Amino acid sequence: MGSSDRLSVATRKGLFLLERRPGGWEIERCAFLGDPVSMVLDDPRDGTLYAALALGHFGVKLHRSDDRGRTWAEVAAPAFPAEPAGAGEAPSVQQVWALEPAGPDRPGALWAGTIPAALFRSGDRGASWSLVRALWDRPERKGWGGGGYDQPGLHSIAVDPRDPRRLLCAISTGGVWGTADAGETWALRATGMYAEYMPPERRGDPNAQDVHRLAQAPTAPERLYAQHHNGVFRSVDGGERWTEITAIRPSKFGFAVAVHPRDPRTAWFVPAVKDERRVPVDGKLVVARTRDGGDTFELLREGLPQEHAYDLVYRHGLAVDAGGDRLAMGSTTGGLWISEDGGDRWVQHPARLPPVYQVAFGQASR
Amino acid sequence: MPHVTFTATLRRHLDAPPAEVPGATVREALEAAFRGNPRLRGYVLDDQGRLRKHVAVFVDGALVTDRDGLADPVRPGSGIHVMQALSGG
Repeated sequence: MGSSDRLSVATRKGLFLLERRPGGWEIERCAFLGDPVSMVLDDPRDGTLYAALALGHFGVKLHRSDDRGRTWAEVAAPAFPAEPAGAGEAPSVQQVWALEPAGPDRPGALWAGTIPAALFRSGDRGASWSLVRALWDRPERKGWGGGGYDQPGLHSIAVDPRDPRRLLCAISTGGVWGTADAGETWALRATGMYAEYMPPERRGDPNAQDVHRLAQAPTAPERLYAQHHNGVFRSVDGGERWTEITAIRPSKFGFAVAVHPRDPRTAWFVPAVKDERRVPVDGKLVVARTRDGGDTFELLREGLPQEHAYDLVYRHGLAVDAGGDRLAMGSTTGGLWISEDGGDRWVQHPARLPPVYQVAFGQASR
Repeated sequence: MPHVTFTATLRRHLDAPPAEVPGATVREALEAAFRGNPRLRGYVLDDQGRLRKHVAVFVDGALVTDRDGLADPVRPGSGIHVMQALSGG
């Protein structure tokens, strides 16, 4: 698999589409300038771009481009079914927080995760969406709580490359949920995680776990990594059992994790000071890389700011391309860094961007 | 018939021309306006048909109070203004 020369950066005030030129990465175009872009998908199956907006006044919108962002068409956004007046909680989608292709053999089929935490499916490239009721109707949902936002959110969707009916979804806060039948039935997959923010008797409750980001190794889908509020966890059995990775440093708090596309033992994290502060440790932005499945880590800092850096990297703010050498990282203070060598060295893009929500590589171009 | 106008800031996202629409309540008038412009509905109302949190509707200068039911009455000559509430930074 070759490297990707395309990078999408979703920010609080627009979507920035970059391309790699002989002289470096250049911003090819900007779309939706001024609008919060909560999620972007550069669909590896057909090159379609999807951009989810979270408009402050006018709600959640989804736009699709078939020409690399030159033109966009608004399509349907995930929405909850209307409930009878006065009935129940009457939810409304606040944000699209995950957007994934539903398998290489299902062109045009998509999964979307939202705030409040729910999973939606589309079979027609976003022209229509339906709520996955079996997850929404789980009684455990009443025990989910808000993480970074007031309401719980579904932020990670891992589609098993061997069998696209198998999904794992992570919720902040609501643990990890797995299905083997494309969403018909669900089971919690967060055993082994622990929650220091819960009373002692609830610490091990799988449904109470605040998973910040879940990443699945494409070539060994039973291998999973999770950056959790309380630390970093791994599973080697598809989420049946999780164990903490205690070797992570300089801190165990963070949001982002990315896994190498071919080597399931290589993964990257961006640790930060936890809870009240949420900034890099000692004002030094670093990436922690493991090459042995989490037993040991090396800290990568070349090209990253090492003095008075208060950049926080959100859960979707770190990505690796299909080749495994190119990494991109975007921060809440609008910093964008790209590495061409697996994170050994980083180059800061000269742009001063709005706060970055997500970075995403396009399909490999050679 | 009531006359409904939409905030100019909507034009950045879609066309929302003023319209003369039938209706005895805010909901009836707005739904009539959305019939010719279905995409507009999702910009003004949420998944449950309630007024979006940061959208304000005025009828003859008075802020609509029933934001969920939109049952506030309108008269044949009423002016309905759909505005954005101030928020954000």
